[in-house]
Formats: sequence, C-alpha cells, structure tokens
Amino acid sequence: MYGKGRIIPALIIFLGLMTSPIWFKSGDASKMPKPEKPKDYTECVAPTAYMRTSHMVLLNQWRDDILRQDGARTGKTPNGTEYVRSLQNGCMKCHSDKKKFCDTCHNYTSVKPYCWDCHLQPKEAM
Amino acid sequence: MDSKRRDFLKIAGLTAIAGIAAPSAFNSLLKGEAVASEHGEAAAAGAHGAAAPTGKRWGMVIDVKKFAENPGLAEKCVSTCHAIHNVPDFGNKKDEIKWIWVDSFKHVFPDDSSHYKQPEALDSLPILTLCNHCDNPPCVRACPTQATFKTKDGVIAMDYHRCIGCRFCMAACPYGARSFNWRDPRGKNANGQPFIKAENPKFPTRMRGVVEKCNFCVERLAIGQIPACVEVAAQTKALVFGDLNDPASEVSQVLKTTFTIQRKPSAGTHPSLFYII
Repeated sequence: MYGKGRIIPALIIFLGLMTSPIWFKSGDASKMPKPEKPKDYTECVAPTAYMRTSHMVLLNQWRDDILRQDGARTGKTPNGTEYVRSLQNGCMKCHSDKKKFCDTCHNYTSVKPYCWDCHLQPKEAM
Repeated sequence: MDSKRRDFLKIAGLTAIAGIAAPSAFNSLLKGEAVASEHGEAAAAGAHGAAAPTGKRWGMVIDVKKFAENPGLAEKCVSTCHAIHNVPDFGNKKDEIKWIWVDSFKHVFPDDSSHYKQPEALDSLPILTLCNHCDNPPCVRACPTQATFKTKDGVIAMDYHRCIGCRFCMAACPYGARSFNWRDPRGKNANGQPFIKAENPKFPTRMRGVVEKCNFCVERLAIGQIPACVEVAAQTKALVFGDLNDPASEVSQVLKTTFTIQRKPSAGTHPSLFYII
C-alpha cells in the first residue's frame, strides 16, 4: 500500500476521535440514578412502578379533575393516609428535596419539565 | 347494432334526467329538514325562556360607601390578595399585574349616565374592582385553548398550563380584569429586589408569557374559606360574598333589599359583582 505509514495512523486517530463520545461516557449509562426517598413516609399515593412511569400523567389528571371537574382536593392512600392532590402542597410534603428526588432521574433521562417555572419548591431545599 | 344504439340512447337519457333531478330532490329534502329543525328550536326556546338557575353561582356585593368610610381598607384587600396569590409588582403601570385593584368611578363605570350631576363626589370614591366572574364570559369564548373556563360554581378560572399567551381574553374582557406577564414574575428589578416580595409557598407563581387574573379564591373556597378580600373586609361588611342562586344567602338578601349597579351591563356579560354606590 502506498503511503501506509501515514494513512494507517491517521485512520486510527480518526476512528478514535469519531468514537470518543462513546469512550468518554462509557459506563455512565449503567449508573442508575438513586432518588432519595423520604424517610418519614413509607407509602406513596400509587404503587412505585406506576409512580416511576406515570407520575406526570397522575399530576395532569389531578389538575384537570380539581380545576375543571370540581374534583376532590385530597385523596387517601391504600393504607388510609390522607394526602393533598397537589404537586406543591402534596408531593413535595414528603419528597421535600427536589434536587435529591426529582432532579436525579430527570437529569439522567435529560427531561426538563417546566413544573418549577410556576410551582414553588420547598424553601429549605432551594 | 341498431337495437344496441337504441338501448344506449335510452340509458344515456335516463342518466341525464337522474343527474339533473337528483340534486334538486336532495336539496328540497334538506330544506324540509331545515324547516323542521327551525320549528323545533323555536319550540324549545319558547319552552324554557329564562332557565331556572341550578347549582351554585358565587357572587359579591361591593359596598363602596363602606370603603369610603374606612380609608385604606380597599388597599388592604388588594395587598392581601396579591400577597397570597404571589402577584408580582413590576413597579410600572405598563407591566402591571392586577387581580383586584382600586380605581375611580369614571373608570370603573364609564357608561354610567345616572350620576351626571355629581361627578366630583363620585370621583373621590375608592372603587374596588376585580374580575366580574361573568355568567356569560366573553374571555372564555375568546380563549382558543380553553385555558380559561367557567367552573360549575360560576367562577371564571384559569389553567395556566394551557395558556399560550395570545391575549385574546384580554381583548375580549370589557373590564380590564386580565393582566399579561410581559416579564418573568420570578425575576428581580434593577435594585435586586424580587418582583414577588414574599412568596406564598402554598400557591404557585406564574411564568412569563401567560395571562393571569382573579380566581375568586377557588383554592380557599374548596376548603370552606371565603375569598381573602372578603375576609379582610369582613368586619365592616364592605364586601358580601355568597351564592347568588341561594335565595337565603346573605348576598341574595342584600341584593333584594338594596339598589345595586353593575359594570357595563349593556355588554351582556351578566357580572356576578354588584356595587352599592
């Protein structure tokens, strides 16, 4: 091959550069986020699996039900604990640290919900 | 061959007749239907006339005399409302956000012709005004996203998630009861002071680019409290709040015994706010 002394190293450098994002971030994907769960409360308003996948659906349902259908502002967990159906006054009562709970997964999945443009997060966590 | 041409001409003729006749026959059928439905509508309209009110309809009587007797009370109502609802103060009229405010008689009642001879006395009155929570709200009709709507209790509420900031509702409202967030309400002014002086952690703020307005304190009504402005004015009874559809409610009693006026009744919006001047 003509000029292989330059072509082969150049190819190797080129491939290395092209795949650098993969090397740079390798192993990160397997580091699952660990949102900090509240210590004083053991049960949520719905099963963990549902909350993990569909908490945003639940929040929208609460909103539409309360605002438009005159729905109840409070609900009861399966164990009978009363809770407020509200992000700001309900969810954040137990999950009081947005950074350690919401943000861990949202950052991992690169989701940027606009909740906090309007809703206020608990003061002590800000 | 001859017989075939004969058949062809017959079929062609029939098709032509059918083609001309069918649409007109169809049209006359449709017209018949239209006439029938017109009759139906007229009958229905005649039958119900003014529909009997059902359910709650929150309303308020504003006694301007009592506000004149208690200077500062109207301003206190405004500041309390704006504090609990995280209403920002941008410090200039152009960007002003107001849920409830004090204005002069001639601004609140621009089409009132019954007080022509005494404008000076009226102009000094502090007239508290807020969203009229109309029974026939033009803002709700104007909203293209149904971000603003009438609840079953007659409150004109907003879902700020859905507001796209088109401001059609502001153009539609005859009372100027809606304000647009030209700036970020969470921001700070040139001196580093936040526009919302003390955030109420129980209530959200708004974001830049949405319209906001008085919500008749739905969040308080839902837990059995009266609106914040009414609570502030409770001792003087300057504001009377209640269910307009309940003949026994305090607000109904006041309306039965007192002469009240409304803002721009000619607009046909049927406000739920009444003024004692």
